[in-house]
Amino acid sequence: MTFSTATWIVPLLPLGGFLFNFLFGRGSRRLVPRVALLAVGSALALSLVLAAQVLGDPAPKVDGIPWLSVTNQVFGHFTISVGTLLDPLSAMMLVVVTLVSFLVHLYSLGYMSEDPGLARFFMYLGLFTFSMLGLVVSPNLFQMYIFWELVGLCSYLLIGFYTTKPEANQACKKAFVVNRVGDLGMFLGILFLSYYLGTSDFSAIAAHLGSWPLFGPAWLPLGAVALLLFCGAVGKSAQFPLHVWLPDAMEGPTPVSALIHAATMVAAGVFMVARVYAVFDASLMGSVNAPLVVACVGGFTSLFAATIACTQFDIKRVLAYSTLSQLGYMVMALGAGGLGVTAGAFHLFTHAFFKALLFLGAGSVIHAVHSNDVRAMGGLRRKMPLTGITFLVASLAISGIWPFAGFFSKDMILAALKDAHMTGLYVLAAAVAFLTAFYMFRLYFLTFEGKEPEHGHPHESPWTMTLPLVVLAVLSLGAGFAGLDFGGRSFGSYIRFDRSPTLASDWTRAQGLALAHPKAVGDYRLATALWAAPALPPTAATGLPAPAPATIPPAQESRAFVLDYSVAVPATLLGLAGIFLAFGVYRLKWIDPGRVARALGPVYTTVYNKYYVDEFYRWMMDHVYYVVSGAIAWFDRHVVDGVMNGLALLMQVAGGALRRLQTGRAQAYALAMLGGILILLGALKVFVP
Amino acid sequence: MIPGVGIGHFLVLSAALFSVGLYGVIARRSAVGVLMGLELMFNAANLNLVAFNAYLHSGAMAGQMFTLFTITIAAAEATVGLALVVSIFRARRSVRLEHVDLLKG
Repeated sequence: MTFSTATWIVPLLPLGGFLFNFLFGRGSRRLVPRVALLAVGSALALSLVLAAQVLGDPAPKVDGIPWLSVTNQVFGHFTISVGTLLDPLSAMMLVVVTLVSFLVHLYSLGYMSEDPGLARFFMYLGLFTFSMLGLVVSPNLFQMYIFWELVGLCSYLLIGFYTTKPEANQACKKAFVVNRVGDLGMFLGILFLSYYLGTSDFSAIAAHLGSWPLFGPAWLPLGAVALLLFCGAVGKSAQFPLHVWLPDAMEGPTPVSALIHAATMVAAGVFMVARVYAVFDASLMGSVNAPLVVACVGGFTSLFAATIACTQFDIKRVLAYSTLSQLGYMVMALGAGGLGVTAGAFHLFTHAFFKALLFLGAGSVIHAVHSNDVRAMGGLRRKMPLTGITFLVASLAISGIWPFAGFFSKDMILAALKDAHMTGLYVLAAAVAFLTAFYMFRLYFLTFEGKEPEHGHPHESPWTMTLPLVVLAVLSLGAGFAGLDFGGRSFGSYIRFDRSPTLASDWTRAQGLALAHPKAVGDYRLATALWAAPALPPTAATGLPAPAPATIPPAQESRAFVLDYSVAVPATLLGLAGIFLAFGVYRLKWIDPGRVARALGPVYTTVYNKYYVDEFYRWMMDHVYYVVSGAIAWFDRHVVDGVMNGLALLMQVAGGALRRLQTGRAQAYALAMLGGILILLGALKVFVP
Repeated sequence: MIPGVGIGHFLVLSAALFSVGLYGVIARRSAVGVLMGLELMFNAANLNLVAFNAYLHSGAMAGQMFTLFTITIAAAEATVGLALVVSIFRARRSVRLEHVDLLKG
């Protein structure tokens, strides 16, 4: 079996499982989960085989059939295909998605065992897995967008799984609507990009970018297009200001939180940016510095969410804000470019394991104590040793303590920020590392250590729930070593972004052409012809400044993890300080956190209420959106409808007047005819000589 | 050809006949009177046709043939018209046209 055939099959397996369950499962509580588990299990096996092959031969492999073919004067020939793209990035995502999905399927067997909607749940999970796999193997932006929306749909279905719970219904609508806001920007970005580049294939985009000043319109710098695409990532990866849906999405069943809102779906935004990073990178040549915006949005989100996470008491909400913060970390890394792209993808890879582990551990706890509130928990490690230990492993991993996975990826991000000379963001990232360690261990100590509550008898979960925890714990411990250098091969040697060496000269050449032939700007056919013409106008004659090479950081050769003590030591010390502080406050009870909260007063209240972002949106809805909508509705009701009613009235009045001419008497008509003839004759006499 | 009588005399007579007929069609209150007016108008036209034929194309017979057709058709028209008048009279006991205005808007 060839690469490409196998890559087709991976997403189709969960789809097949879903369709089988949908058509023949009849809601069976025994059959449906088994079929779903089998489907995703075989997808996992196939993904592992594919990943192993990609390790041997990392060249991208594209396969597809043309789906929409347009030939017209504007586009020339434009084809959208449906197919697969297998390269190290998609292979890595295939493994992460199928592995986490498989473990979540297994876990759900135990977690959802008493739920009446078990069969429906497994069908949704299968559909979701299919959508996500289809997204990661997409060879072009259009197919990615289709699966992007399918993923959004599945998350809507899964967040609102408890249909009788009003909060869940609210949350799923919120997730869908907020995502739509970002997706609109992304869709515009896709349209602009493919219109002016003449292609939406990932494999071809990079090669065309140098011609943007010529093919693209003068009013639309490439950076603006990159930021439009980034809007989609802001929505899906829950970056500020579209982060509001993710914490509310915790209303869904906990395995869903692990699968969608921690490990895979929210990764889609980061994945997409990494996929089209060439667009972001090339925008450095133009007037809009998209990577800097990306880095700042990510950095802000990571700090913003980390502070909120320190104040929440709902175990899943703490984890949700932690996810926001870590996604912000990844996005910030992407914005750094160069090593940052590898670092972001690497953090995506390691984070998927420990965040899934944290959520599944939280689910195990919730399953045992039937509450989400950490204040109702405590001392659970003795009752649930496996859950407790694996949760501890995940907490250490996310805090970035050696040798856990988070250490390597977090350090790589810090190193990337340092390389990119983003000092402010570097300091911010270090502060977030401290906060992360603090809030994670606050959660750990409150939940698993200390006094047990008097009532209730929590017990360890069944093996279907603990086995995924153990597997993920092993991965959280070991996944980081993938970043190390193994004889010239490492995570970074496969998943990396390298700037096209001709980009700068292409850009200059295109600017020259655009200046020499103003009519070609935005005219795709003319521009293509000029681009292909061998004679080039001399760049010096364009009068444009050549892009300053200093603004483009040099491409780094090795992207392997290198232990840099100037980065690792402060970061680890900050992480340990965070753990120590949490230990002191929540285990040894040096000080009462309630008193600190009261001392901070309004600051604490603001953070506890998530900076009132939701309230602000509510206010905007009530005082701006509805007012504007009301004005438009008034205009529609009174002006638009009024014009139509007025026209109808005019017709009625005019008809009422004119009907009197119809006397019904033939002689009157004859008289009118006589009058008409006389007038015509008179006119003939006057006007015709 | 009658000496001293030119085509102008015929046309004046024809116009006078036509005007009288038209007046009858427009002004008579009785449907029978209107039909009579119509006949006068037909005949004015016939007179024109015959006169033109005689003075302008004396060799050709087209005008005279036309007149024969018109007389025939006028007879048929008068039959239908009178039949209608009779029907209206049976229905309404009146042939006054101002009473027949069912199509009034």
